[in-house]
Amino acid sequence: MAYAAVKGGTKAIEQSLDRLTYERIQSKQVIDIETIKGTMRGLIDQVMSESSLYGEDLAALAIKQAEGNVEEAVFLLRAHRSTLPRVYYTKPIETENMAVERRISASFKDIPGGQLLGASHDYSHRIMNFELLKETQSDMKKWLQSFLQAEEQVEHTTNLQCLPKVVDYLRQERLFPEVEEDNAEPLDVTKQSLQFPATRSERLQILTRGNTGAVTSLGYAAIRGYGEVHPTVGELRVGHLPLTIEHPTNQTQNDEDDYYIGTVKVTEVESFIPVSIKKGQKEELEFEIGYGIVFGQNETKAIAMSILDYSLSSEGKKYPTEDEEFVLLHIDSLESSGFISHLKLPHYVTFQSKLDSVRKIKKEPVSL
Amino acid sequence: MKLQTHFALLDEGSKQEIRRTILKAVAIPGYQVPFASREMPIARGWGTGGLQITLSIIGKKDILKVIDQGSDESVNAVNIKKLVTKTTAVETTDETKEATLIQSRHRIPEVPLKSNQILVLQVPIPEPLRQIEASELKTKALHAEQEYSGAWLMLFEQIMKYGKTATDADHPVLVHNRYVMAPSPIPKYDNDKIHQSEALLLFGAGREKKIYAVPPFTNVTSLAFEDYPFEVESFEGKACHLCKTTKAFMDELVDELTNEPYYACNDTSACLSRLNQNEARMEVDVHVAK
Repeated sequence: MAYAAVKGGTKAIEQSLDRLTYERIQSKQVIDIETIKGTMRGLIDQVMSESSLYGEDLAALAIKQAEGNVEEAVFLLRAHRSTLPRVYYTKPIETENMAVERRISASFKDIPGGQLLGASHDYSHRIMNFELLKETQSDMKKWLQSFLQAEEQVEHTTNLQCLPKVVDYLRQERLFPEVEEDNAEPLDVTKQSLQFPATRSERLQILTRGNTGAVTSLGYAAIRGYGEVHPTVGELRVGHLPLTIEHPTNQTQNDEDDYYIGTVKVTEVESFIPVSIKKGQKEELEFEIGYGIVFGQNETKAIAMSILDYSLSSEGKKYPTEDEEFVLLHIDSLESSGFISHLKLPHYVTFQSKLDSVRKIKKEPVSL
Repeated sequence: MKLQTHFALLDEGSKQEIRRTILKAVAIPGYQVPFASREMPIARGWGTGGLQITLSIIGKKDILKVIDQGSDESVNAVNIKKLVTKTTAVETTDETKEATLIQSRHRIPEVPLKSNQILVLQVPIPEPLRQIEASELKTKALHAEQEYSGAWLMLFEQIMKYGKTATDADHPVLVHNRYVMAPSPIPKYDNDKIHQSEALLLFGAGREKKIYAVPPFTNVTSLAFEDYPFEVESFEGKACHLCKTTKAFMDELVDELTNEPYYACNDTSACLSRLNQNEARMEVDVHVAK
């Protein structure tokens, strides 16, 4: 009789996966995709942003499968994303055309078009609402009815489809430098790996798909002391942007022939950052812009992104937050969590090799 | 919304791009070629670089072997094998000799590889100079200028401090007299197997988005000084408690009763075939004695 290989690993994995399913369903509660979509807006937005895949149904399914674990849900969507061919690139969008739901400026009280608070947790008291424990559908219906009725009474005077940008007002005063339009075709970081020095288009793509916590922390570091950015939120907008693609075969220059394929909800931030510019003998102060845009309503991340966008544009590398390799290579959710979690894999061989090295040195101590 | 999975998971466009990267890597032995690494269904850091190579070059007739730190049955090896067979239905084997495509983490199989085989190694940090220089932009320039004094200084400093070089797995090698290359965290014991290997060796780093290669019959030397020659891990006086061999990279195990260490071959498949050979020999002996 010959020896046969031990098949321990295969069986162990099967059992572990069964255990995982058990944990997911043992309470016998079914949560359907519509419920997740309808109640977990913040979670869906974060997952779509970090996975850089805009699809609420897919995000909800990923959240269900991952039992609400964000890291895992993002992982599922990214892996799904890479099995799909890229069929189209959408045409450039002017964000003035956003259907605005919320728009604030921390720079000016009286911005053209007005401040629009929209829906935000910012002005809520973070006190546990125990009433929600017994919330019923009829309560909801009643509340919604009166809310919508009141809404109908409101007269809308502003067109929320084409609010002017706050920065335009300051540009007229020449407080912002005139910047030439850069219409170079953006590079696609999913098609070509990041090379250094990175282009702005690559930088913005990596930042927008970055892990929310990582982007926020590094942005925080850059304004707290490990960076030289002192931003004011010139404008923060949340709303829907219309997407169009060119006719796949009949490529005319006429925009009328484009196909409208839907909208994405985004948060867009323009941070105003004062910089000192040398003009001949004397120094002058001017403003520059840090730009942030993310899928969904992820305001903290969008602001942090605008800070990092600016700090990465600085020439000096005095702080880690100004070093594009330091920032861009470490903020991706899949990359950081993947490499950290790989430490759980066996390292028997590598450790044996290390042991051998340490033992040999101990046996024959150096005599210099 | 039922989606069918493509053969070998990746779409053909992605596979084609990865194969082009591989061709470039083969043409410039030891040079790290960047590629648009895809997110895979297994975690970055768990072999996605190797997996993307495997999925891009695998054909229906291939026979696949996957090992992790020497073992075919390690959970991660099983998991990778499961994913590849689920999307390709190729045959798998534990026998090194039978395999046409071998994906491995941190070991080169102990059964010598042949020219009809391809070994795909998973790589965590493809840059051999990363410990010396953190910036990718700078290490790229160092390679371009063949400026490797940092790597030599690292070895020199170890000799000054410890009286000998203190590297462990992933001891850097010089490929085709041009590029210094990270052989992936294989033990030093395996380094010599890369030199003049009959099989093609492909290295994939998914998270770091690099692919590199050592084509068959390439000269590969481990970095060392003349007066401090390259030394591999020593298992002198140790024998595998199963197949009794003394010529293998061993796992050190501890007897739970006596607290004494004992040893087992790390390459479980090589150990198994030795066991079976011993068995067959014994049967012949018994037969002859009759």
